[in-house]
Amino acid sequence: MAFLELKGLTKRFGEVTAVEDFDLSVERGEFVSLLGPSGCGKTTTLQMIAGFEQPTAGSIVLEGRDLVGVKARDRGIGIVFQSYALFPHMTVAENVAFGLEMRKVAPAERRRRVEEVLALVHLEPQRDRYPRAMSGGQRQRVALARALVIEPEILLLDEPLSNLDAKLREEMQLELRGIQQRMGVTTVLVTHDQTEAMALSDRIAVMQHGRLVQVAGPLEAYEHPRSDFVSSFLGKTNRLEGRIVESGPERCRVAVGELLLGAPPPPGAAAPGDGRVIVSVRPEKIEFRPAGDGLLDGSVAARIFLGDHWLYQVETPLGLLLVIRQNSGPAEVDSGGRVGLAWDAAQVRLLPFEEVA
Amino acid sequence: MAAVGDPTRPKAAPWLLSGPALVLFVALLLVPLLMTFVLSFNSFGFYTGIEPTFGLHNYLDVLGDEYFHEIFARTFGIALVTTLLCAAIGTPEAYFLYRMRGRWRSAVLLVVLGPLLISVVVRTLGWAILLGNRGVINTALIDLELITRPIKMMYTTGGIVIALVHVMVPFMVIAVWAALHRQDPATEQAAESLGAGPITIFFRVVLPQAMPGVLSGSLIVFSLSASAFATPAILGGRRVKVVSTTVYDEFLSTLNWPLGAAIAMLLLVAVLLVMASYNRLVERRFAQVFG
Repeated sequence: MAFLELKGLTKRFGEVTAVEDFDLSVERGEFVSLLGPSGCGKTTTLQMIAGFEQPTAGSIVLEGRDLVGVKARDRGIGIVFQSYALFPHMTVAENVAFGLEMRKVAPAERRRRVEEVLALVHLEPQRDRYPRAMSGGQRQRVALARALVIEPEILLLDEPLSNLDAKLREEMQLELRGIQQRMGVTTVLVTHDQTEAMALSDRIAVMQHGRLVQVAGPLEAYEHPRSDFVSSFLGKTNRLEGRIVESGPERCRVAVGELLLGAPPPPGAAAPGDGRVIVSVRPEKIEFRPAGDGLLDGSVAARIFLGDHWLYQVETPLGLLLVIRQNSGPAEVDSGGRVGLAWDAAQVRLLPFEEVA
Repeated sequence: MAAVGDPTRPKAAPWLLSGPALVLFVALLLVPLLMTFVLSFNSFGFYTGIEPTFGLHNYLDVLGDEYFHEIFARTFGIALVTTLLCAAIGTPEAYFLYRMRGRWRSAVLLVVLGPLLISVVVRTLGWAILLGNRGVINTALIDLELITRPIKMMYTTGGIVIALVHVMVPFMVIAVWAALHRQDPATEQAAESLGAGPITIFFRVVLPQAMPGVLSGSLIVFSLSASAFATPAILGGRRVKVVSTTVYDEFLSTLNWPLGAAIAMLLLVAVLLVMASYNRLVERRFAQVFG
């Protein structure tokens, strides 16, 4: 039995189904992200774990104890809100001490634990400041400290980094991951930011239209997406429509326009009768060759310099393809130049065909 | 060529736009106020009427007379108690309203703010019907044999306070309601997740954040109650005089306009002083937290 077990979790608001038949097991100490676009039901799922929403059906079992029907205040779950939700009329130390006060921890013990957790998030010098006088990153740390000080069974993070600027966000990601691992607290993160989910989590649960689409480690989900949606949502990809013309256990051949490509077979069930599939090739798997030497030729329509890498848009008979190359010297091709594109057939992914919504 | 929006050209549009309101404000508020102020320095003779003299004797009369001291003390006492009661009633009321959803909220909001749509005189006469010696409340209590003689409620400060609270509560509700809407609703959830019950959440998280609203509502209620006329005039009558009814009597019964003007100016100054010092106190307390 896993530490936290969500089984058949469903939430309906009148006619609208926000979450449907959601199953997820989280191990003790694990960091799991619920990832999806807005409106996919990830926040509703979090609210149900927290106890702010009651599920229409299904169960939430924490260490063998069913939480459905248990009040939010009795669940012992720490939450970091998107808005941080700090108490503006209390100092940092008072904010952090609130949960301990509610648990009737003795004042001396309370003070010791507040100091300890403030040291953990590097906020001891700010202990007597009010939240208003602090930066976004500092408020974020206070919120984290306030949630951690009660030694929660589970830490829930609701888009905690979305209000920070890009550089700070990256720093906080590293710090958050470090703190989570040091404390070994089981954590569920809700986010729409795929890089955040990949940077932080042990496993990612990708959600779409209230349903769980795939649960996997970041690398697995990125390299072996189970659906077109997962493949497009996690990172960038070149998405082509094709038809399987020859299938085998190790290798398929798929026709895309005029082109015949080799690829590993699609995951799970074979493609439906007509063999239509989505062919996905990640932009960083594509290499440049001299024109005529690759799988197909194209002309560079645009070239964008992004510091550590170059982003190319190449006009080909199959449409506009994205290519990403490491910046390890001068640019390989100029804008407007003819190039050949090539990739290893093992890097191609065939995915069940979905009509684009 | 002077282009539109030329920064060197004086901007006429703002003045033209605010002109009508300014004229109204000056003609109907500042001028009468100024004239009242001047009037308060004139003197009054029983046979001669108002004489255009200039002196502080009216003020000295008021400030030196225990009769007026009592009236001022009563007025501010009534205003203070009314304010405290309005805060005690209006704050939870605003919170319940804030927590309500959809159609219920609209309905209850109408009930709360509805009294503002009815004339104060009509509402106060309603209270007179309820509170009189042969009024609804006393008749009911006597019929139920809970009391044998009517409780005196008309022409008492208590009666005035009850009616004033009824008139003023909507102002408090609006002020607190606005403050509640400024707070992050997630702070209540945060408190709940940390183990706080509903009562703790209200007193430790909601109320402190709504305090600026309670305080500004108190300011409005206090100044309106201190200068209220219709309610104390109807429910207090001649026996329980407050400052505004005293001014009225000086003007219309005694015809001593200068003295009435002096009392009116003193009321104005006293209310302004209370408001200004209160405001400073509040700002000093909250500048650090809410800003």
